[in-house]
Amino acid sequence: MIKHHLTEDLLMAYSAGALSEAFSLAVATHISLCDECRAAAESYDAVGGAVMVSTDAAPVSDSCLSNTLAAIRDADVEAPTPRMKDAVLPSPLAEYVGGGLDKIKWKSAGMGVKQAVLATNDDAVARLLYIPAGTAVPDHGHGGLELTCVLQGAFRDEDMRFARGDIEVATEEVDHTPIADISEDCICLAVTDAPLKFKGWLPRLAQPFLGI
Amino acid sequence: MKEDNHGYWIDQMRRISENRDEDAFVALFQHFAPRMKSFLMRSGSDNALAEEIVQDVMTTVWRKAHLFNPTRASVSTWIYTIARNRRVDLIRRQKRPEPEDLPWGPEQEPDQTDVIGLQQESEQLGAALSALPEKQRILIEKAYFGDLSHGEIAAETGLPLGTIKSRIRLALDRLRHAMS
Ligand SMILES: [Zn+2]
Ligand SMILES: [Zn+2]
Repeated sequence: MIKHHLTEDLLMAYSAGALSEAFSLAVATHISLCDECRAAAESYDAVGGAVMVSTDAAPVSDSCLSNTLAAIRDADVEAPTPRMKDAVLPSPLAEYVGGGLDKIKWKSAGMGVKQAVLATNDDAVARLLYIPAGTAVPDHGHGGLELTCVLQGAFRDEDMRFARGDIEVATEEVDHTPIADISEDCICLAVTDAPLKFKGWLPRLAQPFLGI
Repeated sequence: MKEDNHGYWIDQMRRISENRDEDAFVALFQHFAPRMKSFLMRSGSDNALAEEIVQDVMTTVWRKAHLFNPTRASVSTWIYTIARNRRVDLIRRQKRPEPEDLPWGPEQEPDQTDVIGLQQESEQLGAALSALPEKQRILIEKAYFGDLSHGEIAAETGLPLGTIKSRIRLALDRLRHAMS
């Protein structure tokens, strides 16, 4: 049962096509696992459709119609594209990884934590994090927005618990130390639009090397 | 007017997917293409790029007509999502990650009660949008037209960010209210 959801701002921006690629990936990942936010995103799409058709029409050239008619006469019917699927990684993530969990190219980030940065454009960074059971992500603040969606296991942040499908929305004001549950190693997708700011001296030294 | 009737466009989509009916396609083009073009130009594309995207999107509409599901979206919503994705591709030059597909049920005719329910909601939504106070409607439009964040809308309109967020929220609440 998912307890932590996307904000209205994020759902609307995703529907409007205004989010950067990495944040869209986090939103699409959560929606894949959350029917409630999927329904909300679809209703924002409906607002988009209503806005589009209520726009004053701009005249379209005759050649645009004739070119389109020529194009459809040549076009085949398009079959639905089969999506990649994996038990842990929802389709949008599986497509960035190129398959399932075994295809993730982990790099050690120290203290048993592993990370894999996904290839998106540069506006924000999407990375998969592997946090061994019971391990804490060093205490840190954020220069911007951080979205963390849990894929396996769970983590605690203060008195909140985030399990598979839950998404944590952390802003500049938030300072926290997420800790993976003791029962299982935790895998999550974390997206940030600014480097994290660590408090402890060790992680701060390591930051340039980790690229976190 | 038939153009405001969502059922009319669902019928045109059916004629396209079942009979490859070009007349139905031309009717769809003449209604949606000028609105999509104006939507794209207000989101920053020039005339030539807007027409290129329109041609591309309408060709996709033809090729994917059989995938349109009238129990999930109105025709305008469906076309909007195709146009939005193409805009992200071509103008923002980035990929658009989409959620995993819902598991498909056995092939069956869409349930007519669901289709009609969605049509009525879409018509209510259109009416509710045009009944919004102008200031709220303009902000909603800006959020969808542009690659504008709420912060950038603030810069452009000179309104404080808090006002914009609450105004958009108010507008959405009103839309929701009008729908229930
Ligand atoms: Zn949710
Ligand atoms: Zn954080």
